Amino acid sequence: MDPLSWLLEPLRHDFMVRALLVSALVAGVCGVLSCFMNLKGWALMGDAVSHAVMPGVVIAYALNLPFALGAFVFGVGSVAAIGYIKQATRIKEDAVIGLVFTGFFALGLTLISKVRSTIDLTHILFGNVLGISGDDIRQTVLISVLVLVLLLLFRRDLILFCFDPTHARSIGVNTGFLHYLLLSVLSLAAVAGLQTVGIILVVAMLVTPGATAYLLTDRFDRMTWIAIGSAVLSSVLGIYWSYWMDASTAGCIVLVQTGLFLLSFLFAPRHGLLAQQRR
Amino acid sequence: MASHPDLPPSAERIRVSHLCVSYHGVVALHDVTLTVKAGIICGLVGTNGAGKSTLFKALMGFVRPSQGEISINGLPLRQSLRRQAVAYVPQMESVDWNFPIHVANVVMMGRYGGMNLLRIPGRDDHRAVRESLERVELWPLRHRQIGELSGGQRKRAFLARALAQGASVLLLDEPFAGVDIRTERLMITLFQQFRAEGRTLLISTHDLSHVTGFCDEVVLINKTVLAYGDTSEVFTEENLARTFGGSPAQRLTSPSLAPGPEPGREPSGSER
Repeated sequence: MDPLSWLLEPLRHDFMVRALLVSALVAGVCGVLSCFMNLKGWALMGDAVSHAVMPGVVIAYALNLPFALGAFVFGVGSVAAIGYIKQATRIKEDAVIGLVFTGFFALGLTLISKVRSTIDLTHILFGNVLGISGDDIRQTVLISVLVLVLLLLFRRDLILFCFDPTHARSIGVNTGFLHYLLLSVLSLAAVAGLQTVGIILVVAMLVTPGATAYLLTDRFDRMTWIAIGSAVLSSVLGIYWSYWMDASTAGCIVLVQTGLFLLSFLFAPRHGLLAQQRR
Repeated sequence: MASHPDLPPSAERIRVSHLCVSYHGVVALHDVTLTVKAGIICGLVGTNGAGKSTLFKALMGFVRPSQGEISINGLPLRQSLRRQAVAYVPQMESVDWNFPIHVANVVMMGRYGGMNLLRIPGRDDHRAVRESLERVELWPLRHRQIGELSGGQRKRAFLARALAQGASVLLLDEPFAGVDIRTERLMITLFQQFRAEGRTLLISTHDLSHVTGFCDEVVLINKTVLAYGDTSEVFTEENLARTFGGSPAQRLTSPSLAPGPEPGREPSGSER
């Protein structure tokens, strides 16, 4: 088949165009956030939050509320629970994260098995971007734009917060606010990412593009652009790939992301494996 | 003394009176009272866990004292912090040197407190960054990623940030840890310039050799101020024995060996 029809044929379907646009937007936004997740060392937190939003999504669907609302409450709630248990007991942070997010996830799983008729478990777990409804698109776009605006508005403060929170505090920057801002944005981005690749793989959207970009540059601005670029490219290529191979969309998107990371890991000009061995 | 035109013309930089701080009921500092004038280099000496970093945290407004108060330049601490009067120069090990940020941006972060919410630098900010970088001789390296700097250059970059901030009080946390002799001399020269401008430097250290060299005053601390005053007067055998729990002076450079009353980690707000 010639490349042009490989590219154009899927675009004859409305659902493909929708899927491509929505997932490119979500991927780009998650790409921006992934830079902060990498630099703050919050990858595990991203994993925790993305799993913990599940009961919120299920409850919101059951009550006919916006799923973002439920996700937000449970995402921030899980982090508050993690913080509280950590400071109130002697248990180490990684153990607390592990037990809290699995607890929330289990709650979501149990709830969903009781309200099976209205939502599909596999759609939540693995995404359903090809069959995304108009209502979900509206919410996802709204969330993505909100996240993007917040990240742009507080960009310099967030960089400072990731780099040197002590200095930030000492000059009167409200680091507590920035902490919860980043967490809130993370919860929102997780629920947006959930639409495209599902709960299980959403952490890839929140970590991999940033990691890929981090190996390629020593400038934050460039890192952001590279993360956006690789995230958008991955979601577009992943959707095409899944269309032509009739394979899992979420799987394909994340596989392309991982592939791009491997390229960066091997061939990055200064921080790549080959460059380091040549030294 | 000829004070730097940008600094508040106050004869007294730091005043701490009857300060008490405790974490979860454990007393970290008790009844700390001291006054440090403008243009003084003051060493803060004590074992690990003696309360040095708690005092720093109190001076940055990170901990709420259970008693007592702090004023900087004659103003209550909160007001002074809002005017960016206090700069903290971190220990080098606590900095993420791989962070994708270049030298000029780190120094610009010293200006954030005075900027609008979007932190868009104005002409004054750019000028302050340039002047600060020129003073520490890092202007030609301003576009380097911070990890590409040598050890001495890294220290100077953070000193430049404190300068750009316009701080009148500098808190330096173990500034000489892992520094070679050449860098050390360079830093001391800078410290002496800062002093001449009327800035006050509070240097936390457990290495006594630095203190006698160039500190005007010394605070010996172990949960409270054991002795405070001119270096020559404070540095007596007896005072040092009280500070370090009676161990011989030559062992004091390695604080982990010094049997303080409560050896071990400094209590901090986030752990228990």
